[in-house]
Order: sequence, then structure tokens, then C-alpha cells
Amino acid sequence: MAAVFSPRANVIATVCMIGVAGFIAGGCIWWFAWPRSDYVRRVGWTIQQPVPFSHQHHVSGLGIDCRFCHSSVEHSAQASLPPTFTCMTCHSQIWTNADMLSAVRNSLTSNTPLVWARVTDVPDYVYFNHSIHVAKGVGCESCHGNVAAMPLTYKAKTLTMRFCLDCHRDPGLQLRPVASIYDTDWHRNRTTPSAAELMRQYHVGARNLTECSICHR
Amino acid sequence: MNVSAAGLLLAVLLLAGGCDDMTQQKKENPYASSETAPATVPDSVVEFQDSDHPPPALTLTLLQRGQSEFHAFCSPCHAETGNGHGMVVQRGFPAPEPLTDPDLMTASPRHLYDVLTDGKGIMYGFAQRISPEDRWAIVAYMRALQLSQHATLASLTPEQQAMP
Ligand code: HEC
Ligand code: HEC
Ligand code: HEC
Ligand code: HEC
Ligand code: HEC
Ligand code: HEC
Repeated sequence: MAAVFSPRANVIATVCMIGVAGFIAGGCIWWFAWPRSDYVRRVGWTIQQPVPFSHQHHVSGLGIDCRFCHSSVEHSAQASLPPTFTCMTCHSQIWTNADMLSAVRNSLTSNTPLVWARVTDVPDYVYFNHSIHVAKGVGCESCHGNVAAMPLTYKAKTLTMRFCLDCHRDPGLQLRPVASIYDTDWHRNRTTPSAAELMRQYHVGARNLTECSICHR
Repeated sequence: MNVSAAGLLLAVLLLAGGCDDMTQQKKENPYASSETAPATVPDSVVEFQDSDHPPPALTLTLLQRGQSEFHAFCSPCHAETGNGHGMVVQRGFPAPEPLTDPDLMTASPRHLYDVLTDGKGIMYGFAQRISPEDRWAIVAYMRALQLSQHATLASLTPEQQAMP
């Protein structure tokens, strides 16, 4: 009787096994890693906005506080995006002829709201709240990066579940004194209170912040 | 036979249950899309913050809150000291009079509150942006700012006068 397998079978079997392993590995990457990659999440990409608004100009250049435009950030879940009225507080008098601002003026005269395209977004099944983070000493920079240095706003960090949990497991080192919450270029220095001291000041640490129901409710 | 068909159907149905896309839900998120973007409030609607709020008691926390809010909302034009030469004024915005103007020194707290709520002349109001409690805190801080720039030696307590 002739042999069941020809000598080539060894090669074919090896190739098939490598193929299957590669397929599984590739599938895992495609299914788990790719959707969470910075490329797919558009990290670092600027977005087309109705007006080319510059945080660098307004925040670093003019020293305007985040709350001037994102006024509900301390009190509510949403930080809120500025309505036409807020821009017109200043632009009713300055740069009144600039082409760049025509969308803002049209919005005022035609009484239709400006619609800003969203930069940061978490899926709707995630519950997020700004006010608690501001009240407990988490700075804007921890999640949004150095916004004050952005000529056009882009997403600085991928807000995956792991990112949130990395801090929720042990927030201490990422907390900052009240005065520096809106400073997007802040670094710990020798005069900064220790992590444990800040945790005590803000009364953080009594609860388990990794509980699923904190973010999925 | 029938049992395994039913089992298969059940499994398919259970799997299909996972097809719901929970990343997009009908929940309140005013900034999620253009349909939900907040429009301007129609005329004749009374907002919560428009109702009358009596001034709170004067405390140190109130003043500190006022300082932080004044820094965020008023200092771009009125400057940290209230002299009216903030950063935006330096870039061409018409300068307001200094807050230590005699008329403003003697103005009632209610007048200051009303100005910052409804605006005055070319200054827009802050009714939508600052809550009533914080508005009173700013008024208190403005008073402190005015007094601090007109302080005389006689107005200090003996302990304060003894300090270098
Ligand atoms: C507190 C005052 C203030 C507010 C509020 C404000 N701006 Fe400005 N903006 C300025 C000033 C002052 C300049 C001019 C800067 C200069 O001369 O260097 C300016 C310049 C600009 C420019 C052109 C210069 C550039 O390259 O950035 C644009 C566009 C602009 N603003 C958009 C906006 C929009 C949109 C809003 C509302 C979300 C807004 N601004 C709110 C004060 C303000
Ligand atoms: C003069 C008004 C103004 C000030 C001051 C300001 N912003 Fe903004 N911000 C805007 C506008 C307008 C947008 C929407 C357009 C865009 O994305 O650039 C925006 C967008 C953002 C976004 C992206 C929101 C999203 O998901 O779509 C973040 C994050 C942000 N701002 C953070 C900050 C921080 C942090 C500060 C203080 C350091 C600040 N902003 C100060 C006007 C302002
Ligand atoms: C713990 C992380 C975190 C911190 C700290 C944080 N943000 Fe956000 N921010 C988010 C997330 C997540 C979203 C997207 C929310 C959504 O999709 O509903 C967001 C959205 C925004 C938006 C878009 C409008 C909105 O309300 O959804 C603005 C503007 C903004 N943040 C500004 C700020 C400012 C200003 C600060 C500092 C005072 C700040 N954020 C601090 C995580 C954070
Ligand atoms: C830099 C640190 C940090 C990051 C990043 C962070 N958080 Fe938090 N978060 C905190 C702290 C501190 C608290 C306050 C805990 C307390 O009150 O004990 C908190 C509280 C919360 C609460 C409120 C819990 C409650 O029941 O009051 C929610 C919801 C939440 N975080 C969601 C998120 C989500 C979603 C993300 C990711 C987009 C995130 N957080 C990222 C530090 C962080
Ligand atoms: C600190 C906030 C936080 C906590 C606590 C948390 N999650 Fe999440 N979770 C998130 C965020 C943010 C996302 C969205 C991630 C993304 O956009 O990739 C998410 C996504 C998910 C998803 C969808 C995954 C995907 O990529 O499709 C599942 C499932 C999930 N979480 C389960 C859990 C379970 C189970 C727990 C408790 C052990 C938990 N989460 C606790 C913030 C949290
Ligand atoms: C965009 C610049 C700008 C900002 C921001 C601003 N103001 Fe003014 N303010 C003015 C100008 C200009 C005037 C002079 C108005 C006039 O008489 O036409 C003025 C006038 C005033 C007056 C005097 C009113 C009177 O009776 O003469 C008070 C009080 C005042 N502002 C308080 C505030 C407070 C409090 C804030 C912060 C919540 C604030 N302003 C923010 C520009 C500004």
C-alpha cells in the first residue's frame, strides 16, 4: 500500500498551522486592539469646525479661564460648549469684520445655534460626570491634554476603559491643588502636597472607584 | 429533534439580543448632535436663575469664591485689580471705567448684581453663565476690591496697624 501522506504533507501541515495561528492572532488584533488604537480613535486629528477656534489664542494668549466658555463644568455632568452669545461678549466689539467670524455673526442674526463638531466622545453606555472630577481635584489636562497649547482642538488621549481605571485604581498622584485645576501645563513640584495629603483633603479613597456601576449605570 | 431545533432557535435569539448598539442611546446629552444642541431660550420664558435670590451671608468662603469667579469671568476686561485694563481691553475692547469710580463705590450691591446679571451698555449679561449664589459672591468680592484700594491706616485694627 502506498503511504497515506506524501512527503509534501509535512510542509502543507506546517503552513496550515502557521496560517491558522496567524488568522487567530490577526482576528484578535482586528477585534480587540484595532478599535481601541489611537489611529481609529482619531487621536491627534483636528476636526472641521464652523469657526476655526483657537484655544491657544484665547487661553494662553489672552489668559481667559476655561469656565468663561465651558461655564457649567463645575456644576453639571456636561462641561457645555459655548453658545453664540458667549463669543459675542467680546466679538460684538472686536474683530467685528473678520471673515473667520462670519459664522458666529450669522448665527446671531439668524438666531440659529452654532453647532460645534465633537472632539472627545465616550460611548453612551458610559456615565461620565465633569463636576465630581473638578470638585475632587482632577485637572482638565488629565483627560484632555494641554488644550491651552492647541491652535485647533484635537483629542489628546484615547478615553478607553483602561484609561479611566488606571486613575480610578489610585488617583492620588494625579490629583492637584484647587488653584491648578484649569492650568493645562501643570507639573508636580516640591511645594505640591503629597498624594496621600491630597487624597485626604479631597476626601477621596473611601469608596471603591472600580465598581462597574460607577461608570455603567 | 424538535428539542435541538428549539435549542438552536433560543441560542440564535439570545445572540441576536447582543446586536443592539449601545454606543448610541436615547439619553439626554445636549451636546451629542445638532438636533439636540441647545437653542436660545424663547422670549417670555422665565429661567430658574431669573427668579429673585436674596444675598447670602458674608463669609470668607463667599469672598474666596467671588475672587475665583471674578478672575474667570470679569478679569479679561476689568483686570484683576478692577482698573478696567484687562487683556481683552488691551486688544481693542472699549475700556470700562475703573470699579473704584466714585459712582460705583457708592452704588448699592443690588445695582452691581443687576449689572452683572443683565449687562449694561456694551457689556453682556452673565445670567446664563454664573449662578445667582456665585453672582452675589462676585458682588461681595468687588466690594472688597473697592475697599482695599481705598483703605486708610485708620480703617485697620490696631493689630493690623502694628504689622510691618
Ligand atoms: C473674553 C473675550 C473673548 C471671547 C469670549 C471670545 N474671543 Fe475670540 N478673540 C478675542 C480677542 C481679544 C481676539 C484677538 C486676539 C489678538 O488680537 O491677538 C480674538 C480672536 C479670535 C479669532 C481670530 C484670531 C485667531 O486666529 O484665533 C477667532 C476666529 C475667534 N476669536 C473666535 C472666537 C469664538 C468662536 C469665540 C466663542 C467660542 C470667541 N472667539 C470668544 C477675545 C475673545
Ligand atoms: C473663548 C472660549 C473658550 C475658552 C476660554 C476655552 N474653550 Fe474649550 N472650546 C471652546 C469652543 C468654541 C470649543 C468647540 C470648538 C473646538 O472643538 O475647538 C471648545 C472645545 C473644547 C474641547 C473639546 C470638546 C469636545 O469634545 O468636542 C475641550 C476638551 C476643551 N474645549 C477644553 C477647554 C479647556 C481645558 C479650557 C481651559 C484651559 C478651555 N477649553 C477654554 C471655547 C473655549
Ligand atoms: C476624568 C476625565 C475628564 C476630565 C478631568 C475633564 N474632562 Fe472634559 N470630557 C471628558 C469626557 C469623557 C468627555 C466626553 C463626554 C461625552 O461624550 O458625553 C468630555 C467632554 C468635554 C467637553 C465637550 C462638551 C461636553 O460637555 O460633553 C468639554 C468642553 C470639556 N470636556 C471640557 C473640560 C474642561 C474645561 C475640563 C476641566 C475643568 C474637563 N473637561 C475635565 C473627560 C474629562
Ligand atoms: C486622573 C484621575 C481620573 C480619571 C482619568 C478618571 N477619573 Fe473618574 N473620578 C476620579 C476621582 C478622584 C473621582 C472622585 C471619587 C470620590 O468622590 O471618591 C472620580 C469619580 C468618578 C465618577 C463619580 C462617582 C460617583 O458615584 O460619584 C464617575 C462616574 C467617574 N469618575 C467616571 C469616570 C470615567 C468614565 C472616566 C474615563 C473617561 C474617568 N472617570 C476618569 C478620578 C479620575
Ligand atoms: C472608571 C469608569 C469605568 C468603570 C469603573 C468600568 N468601566 Fe467599563 N467602560 C468604561 C469606558 C469609558 C468604556 C468605553 C471604552 C471605549 O470607548 O473603548 C467602557 C466599556 C466597557 C465595555 C464595552 C467594551 C467594548 O470595548 O466594547 C464593557 C463590556 C465594560 N465596560 C464592562 C465593565 C465591567 C464588567 C466593569 C466592572 C468590572 C466596568 N466596565 C467598569 C468605563 C468604566
Ligand atoms: C467683555 C468685557 C467685559 C467683561 C467680561 C465684563 N465687563 Fe463689566 N463692563 C464692561 C464695559 C465695556 C463696561 C462699561 C459699560 C457701559 O457703560 O457701556 C462695564 C461696566 C461694568 C460695571 C459698571 C456698571 C455701571 O453702573 O456703570 C460693573 C459693575 C461691571 N461692569 C461688572 C462686571 C462684572 C462683575 C463682570 C464679571 C462677571 C464683568 N463686568 C465682566 C466690559 C466687561
